[in-house]
Amino acid sequence: MTAFDFPYPVMTAEAEALRSEVRAFLDEELGALRAAGQYIGWTHADPEFSRKLGARGWIGMTWPKAYGGGERSATERYVAIEEMLAAGAPVGAHWTADRQVGPLLLGHGSEEQRRLLLPGIAAGTCYVAIGLSEPGVGSDLASVKARATPVDGGYRLSGTKIWTTNAHLSHYAVVLCRTDGEPADRHAGLSQLLVDLKAPGIEIRPIVDMTGAHSFNEVHFADVFIPEAMLIGTRGNGWVQVSGEMGSERSGPDRFLSSFAVVEALVRRTREEPTDERRAAVGRLVGHVAVLRRLSASIAEMIRNGEDPTVQGALVKDIGTALEQEIPEVARRLFAIEPSPLGEDPLAALVGSTLLASPSFTLRGGTREILRGIIARGLGVR
Amino acid sequence: MRELFDRETVRRGSSGEWLAESWQAIDALGLTQALVKEADGGPGIDPADAADMLRLVGYWAVPLPLAEAMLGAGLLAQSGMAVAGGPMTLAPPHRTTVALEHRGDGWFADGHAARVPWGRCAATLLLIAAAADGPCLVALPAGLFTVKEGANLAGEPRDDVRFNTSLPATAVQPIGMTADDVHAAGAALRTVMTAGGVQRLLDLTLGFAAEHRQFGRPIAKFQAVQQNLAMLAGQAALCRAASDMAAQALFARDGRVAIAMAKARAGEAAALAAHLAHQVHGAIGFTEEYDLHLYSRRLLAWREEYGNEAEWNAIVGQACLDSADGAWALITRHGGFAR
Repeated sequence: MTAFDFPYPVMTAEAEALRSEVRAFLDEELGALRAAGQYIGWTHADPEFSRKLGARGWIGMTWPKAYGGGERSATERYVAIEEMLAAGAPVGAHWTADRQVGPLLLGHGSEEQRRLLLPGIAAGTCYVAIGLSEPGVGSDLASVKARATPVDGGYRLSGTKIWTTNAHLSHYAVVLCRTDGEPADRHAGLSQLLVDLKAPGIEIRPIVDMTGAHSFNEVHFADVFIPEAMLIGTRGNGWVQVSGEMGSERSGPDRFLSSFAVVEALVRRTREEPTDERRAAVGRLVGHVAVLRRLSASIAEMIRNGEDPTVQGALVKDIGTALEQEIPEVARRLFAIEPSPLGEDPLAALVGSTLLASPSFTLRGGTREILRGIIARGLGVR
Repeated sequence: MRELFDRETVRRGSSGEWLAESWQAIDALGLTQALVKEADGGPGIDPADAADMLRLVGYWAVPLPLAEAMLGAGLLAQSGMAVAGGPMTLAPPHRTTVALEHRGDGWFADGHAARVPWGRCAATLLLIAAAADGPCLVALPAGLFTVKEGANLAGEPRDDVRFNTSLPATAVQPIGMTADDVHAAGAALRTVMTAGGVQRLLDLTLGFAAEHRQFGRPIAKFQAVQQNLAMLAGQAALCRAASDMAAQALFARDGRVAIAMAKARAGEAAALAAHLAHQVHGAIGFTEEYDLHLYSRRLLAWREEYGNEAEWNAIVGQACLDSADGAWALITRHGGFAR
């Protein structure tokens, strides 16, 4: 059999207790907005909200206490983040730091780097962007051109990163760049540098997306000095480190819950105006989410067991993001609404903002085509 | 399972031939008793382990009513009834109408059951009836019902059965599961079988794509084909997750919503999987001679049995409308993981 292994996800009493606690907190924080039919969405950055989560110990939950973490179980973290994402909590400010940078530094970072960043990340006060793609590079990350030239005491970094989410709000960026060899060497010779975004020579230019929001940036590095101590992990090992990071980036509930607020709105509207078709359509979407959630939670279990979830993560993200895109389409087939982000009707407003954001779902964190290539490789046909 | 159900045997069974020897072998292995609870004298197998066996039934396209026999044996043991040996099947409870009345020391049963798996070969037919004081299990021996032969989309025997007969008191016993409960349990078992069948589609299709050459290379080397294979693997994973979810909810109090989500999700994924598998195979997969249809047709048939997507999605939808704290709370309540 060629089945990918998806271990049984596990739930614990502690995690369920935490679920109630997180849900009560979110009701208090977001209840008023929700009652007014407003929904924020998890990609929205709200430093004040991040600080509140940090104060409650809900960032860096599984990290060692020595670095400001909570030493809680992966199951507890899964429950806390799925509750936040389902509620559309504005976790954007600290999200990549919590999801990727923390685990990266715990896996490959130096003691100094951990002490420098992790306590602030866990407190919800330090944000970190990820500099991967570049103009003209797209998904072909092995062809990055940003170059860090070794100099006395460190490196001089020059190049441009693009689609860098929330760089303008972040304190640091993890930048994938070439330290050795030539572009023809592909994966070999790439390294990850931890860059202080206040350093001289850095310019951050906004890129406004088609929804009118500014989360993307283009970040220019002009001969920026990076101290040697800010090299993450092993020089030349950047590709391996990035690939490991991607597995955890792709499997989480953020890859199938982006449109979930529309489902809740559909339930409320169907309660008011029920038909058999609406009931079945809503039930279908909820069943789809429930089964995907099981797959996603099982990847959390793999990570906990120290297994490599790269292929499984790609698979969950491929199916999850397709569902995220389908949800607003189903909504507008069920109700004669005109989707409009600023509309007064809560369902129309939600469907409107979701439809506009929808193209990004199957692009960010690995396009659908890249993901299917990863799955095909996992199947042994590439 | 693999030895018992080689290609020729599966093909004989799939053309409607009763595989008496295979049945005896499976019965002798105790597989039909897998869902009998320990308290009822059974082996006390965890439903998840019993599901592993049924997934193999789907994987190898076992042409026998094993799911019905397993579920029937569990009900039989629960009722304390004894029946004669030989093949046993269970009438789909939502396709069954039984009027039961006391007559003398025993009963009189009048009614019919549609789409009974392998009804024509059963030594014992089990029915769920609603009596005045709760649900009952009715055991009809062969000879007391007439059979009109039929088949599902895969050609598996699904017979219409009629009866109008006296029965001894011992042939009707109360059970703790309603027709709705048994229907849901049947849906859970079909979900598990579906996961096995989709896994087989994936394996067959990968093997074919690696071997079959076009334009000078194996078709698996073309990106367009790889994308289809990746999607097919995704459907297999979804079916497996749905299968685990259904197996965990089997016989659980309150398991109905989870089974509903799982059966509907697996049915939709199975149809897409069948489409993708055929697309990658091309014309050869559409022939009678090639084995793909043994699996793809079963998957299309099984998504209809014990409730199709329309039925189960509506049940999940109603549960959402009834859930005062909304859809997400419903998912976390019923989408349960192992504890």
